[in-house]
Amino acid sequence: MSEQQPTSKFMQNGVVKWIEHRMPIFSFIDHSVGSGYPAPKNLNYWWNFGSLAGLALIIMIVSGIVLVMHYTPHTTLAFNSVERIMRDVNGGWLIRYLHMNGASFFFIAVYIHIFRGLYFGSYKYPRELLWIIGVLILLAMMATAFMGYVLPWGQMSYWGATVITNLFSAIPVVGESLVTLLWGGFVVDNPTLNRFFSLHYLLPFVILGLVIMHIWALHTFGSNNPTGVDVKGPQDTIPFHPYFTIKDLYGMGVFMLIFLFFVFFAPNYFGEADNYIPADSLATPPHIVPEWYFLPSYAILRAFTNEFILYWPVSWLMTAKLAGVIAMFGSIILLALIPWLDTSKVRSARYRPVYKWFFWIFVLDWIVLGMVGAHPAEGIWVVLGQVATTYYFAHLLVILPILGVLERPLATPESISASVTQPAE
Amino acid sequence: MSDTASTPPSAEIDEQTRRDFLLVSTATVGAVGTALSLWPFVNSLNPAADTLALATTEVNLAPIAEGQSITVVWQGKPVFIRHRTKAEIEQAKADDSAALPDPAKDADRVIKPDWLVMVGVCTHLGCIPLGQKEGEPKGDFGGWFCPCHGSHYDTSGRIRKGPAPLNLPVPTYEFQSDTQVKIG
Amino acid sequence: MMKPTIKTAFAAVLTAAAVSVAALAPTTAQAAAAGPKPEVQDWTFKGLFGTFDRASVQRGYQVYKEVCAACHSLNLIKFRNLADIGYSEAQVKALAAEYEIEDGPNDDGEMFMRKRTPSDPMPSPFPNAKAAAAANGGKAPPDLSLITKARAQGGDSVIKVSMKHPGGFTIGADYVYALLTGYEEAPDGFEMPPGGSYNKYFPGHVIAMAPPLVEEGVEFSDGTKATVSQMAHDVTMFLAWTAEPELEARKRLGVKVMLFLLALTGMLYALKRKIWSDIH
Repeated sequence: MSEQQPTSKFMQNGVVKWIEHRMPIFSFIDHSVGSGYPAPKNLNYWWNFGSLAGLALIIMIVSGIVLVMHYTPHTTLAFNSVERIMRDVNGGWLIRYLHMNGASFFFIAVYIHIFRGLYFGSYKYPRELLWIIGVLILLAMMATAFMGYVLPWGQMSYWGATVITNLFSAIPVVGESLVTLLWGGFVVDNPTLNRFFSLHYLLPFVILGLVIMHIWALHTFGSNNPTGVDVKGPQDTIPFHPYFTIKDLYGMGVFMLIFLFFVFFAPNYFGEADNYIPADSLATPPHIVPEWYFLPSYAILRAFTNEFILYWPVSWLMTAKLAGVIAMFGSIILLALIPWLDTSKVRSARYRPVYKWFFWIFVLDWIVLGMVGAHPAEGIWVVLGQVATTYYFAHLLVILPILGVLERPLATPESISASVTQPAE
Repeated sequence: MSDTASTPPSAEIDEQTRRDFLLVSTATVGAVGTALSLWPFVNSLNPAADTLALATTEVNLAPIAEGQSITVVWQGKPVFIRHRTKAEIEQAKADDSAALPDPAKDADRVIKPDWLVMVGVCTHLGCIPLGQKEGEPKGDFGGWFCPCHGSHYDTSGRIRKGPAPLNLPVPTYEFQSDTQVKIG
Repeated sequence: MMKPTIKTAFAAVLTAAAVSVAALAPTTAQAAAAGPKPEVQDWTFKGLFGTFDRASVQRGYQVYKEVCAACHSLNLIKFRNLADIGYSEAQVKALAAEYEIEDGPNDDGEMFMRKRTPSDPMPSPFPNAKAAAAANGGKAPPDLSLITKARAQGGDSVIKVSMKHPGGFTIGADYVYALLTGYEEAPDGFEMPPGGSYNKYFPGHVIAMAPPLVEEGVEFSDGTKATVSQMAHDVTMFLAWTAEPELEARKRLGVKVMLFLLALTGMLYALKRKIWSDIH
């Protein structure tokens, strides 16, 4: 159709031809996100969250680079330098709030992106490596977010850093020395702040590199789709441009509307009030809570007490503290093994009547873990945290493998085109 | 697909025009929005409110005797304040008619002839000229001398010899009283 | 054969999940220790178009200056900032000049005292945190610059429901106001340590700060009657401004940005519909 025409006219341009001959960048772009990249025609709006995460990464890098120009990484100056950004730097409050809330929205986009992958089986052959790179991106994001949160040097920054770095002391034999090494001192202090600042600037570019690999792997076989059925031919696809470029742009508009609503009208909604108190190494806040995106992991960490049933089998081997640390990191790393833990031959939950329900229970379980993480470990929250943690691991290690064998899936459509003419669900 | 019909029916043309119009207007609004959203990032590099709050400097002139100079810091730059002697003022006025690379009347460079206030940064490449303290070289014209590349300034701070293109700049300043100036 | 088994297991899990959700309903024990939830106040700075009531903020500055400043610093506020709440340049200069600050060293290498200028910070009641703690029974009175952002659920927010705070979302300004007006007689049998005061809203109810506001404690130049609740209201408004001085600019810009984005997103949606019309 007519979209092809401007592209080809563009390719006839003398300058374009000169560059293209020496470095075929225009055809590279066209094959990446242009009319030369065929995408399944039935992708729904859940497929928007990849590009939204990419947008969030760009917002974070741009706002972060500008913030660094005004920030001072020193324990005596960091807090006030952030407040100077908020008060004196032209539009500094906007840039700081963009960065602060951008982190939350980056995680929102990525978590939805992950759950979309889980629902539609996007991790199955031949996209296992694509999925594993995705898990690495999540890990790098978590490390980046954690270190970034330390930089304003408020009470939550300081005590969050203390608690999380102390996790490593659970490691037998070398634990204590490792923590001292991480700190560069005997407590979290100026050396810690400076190394976290350095790594917080480095890691986003590692994430960027991983994202490029993620997209590379994606383009090798193309996108999965809501039916989970492989693309059979050109009748199943439409060119990425203009169909998905405009759909992604529209999604970005909606995303920015919600994101900027928080930036302008509820900028501290996702934050903790205690972080507006300067760090004090002699007074711990009543309850230390990590940022919301760490709450499920935090709940898993805290679930491991001496009374916890999942701890019993390993209690002769390690302390509950170490078991909690291993479980917390394990809960993320285990995600990388899902392509093998899920034994079902069918990709999409649309045709897996039982998995579909377990998927939503898993989402619910994850939300419950998040709420447990937000509350002090007392009363009902302890039990709830342990039940939810048990279910989390049961879902990945027991339900997924068994379900793939026992479940009787529905008939999958012949092809994507066939599913469009006779809609499923 | 459009290749199938070489002359599309008019309804399709209409549809096409409407779509092109929507595309162009959306792209324009989007481009404007993107450009505007970059402005806060650029503007954040301009001097911040605390920097601007220190943009003026007040100086008490009372302790400066005739023939003495002081250097004060204004916006991070040295400002030369010289209590000129009668001879220097006469010389400066006489040189109004000399061959000047950057012609300016002495009367236009001072508010009160006794007090010469100017930014002490050589207009060549930004060094700080000598001549403020007793015993420092004052150049061939009895004013200031820049040691970096040999620019000579006269008793009105005008460039007379050497590579500098312009006179030493006079900042905006005002006399708040006979013995108090506010620079900036 | 197989299906019922799975269904039974599934039903069990679903029931467990329902029970967990039901368990979330009762509020936590910690809420009880923190005292009653502060009442929601009708601040002028709330909402999409909120602004600080200038007269109230200025009265609040007077309350801070005459009452709070005896113990609490306001480190992040410079006198020049007062121009934002309606003081003229000359007034700001005069307010600053009421205090001295150490400067130097001068050309003789000695420190000297001079009058404060608009670019100087507000004076601190104590030379350092140790001195502040020593003079106040071992605990330094907190700096107030960010107090409404640093208490309860923080700064002003248009969104008031939260999964993280199922017990209720309270902004810091409401808490500060409640605290200032929440002093009362300790209930019978309550053990009050020496030097403490009973406050309904303070976590644990024992607060080291004696009731700071007394009726007619200050005299407002605009004739407003200085009741405790009036002074508490005004000083909280002032502190809300010191915590979020960007609030008005933020909301003004926010409304414009939202309108622009709504238009752009609407156009993108229309274009998306147009482009996809030959697919559907």
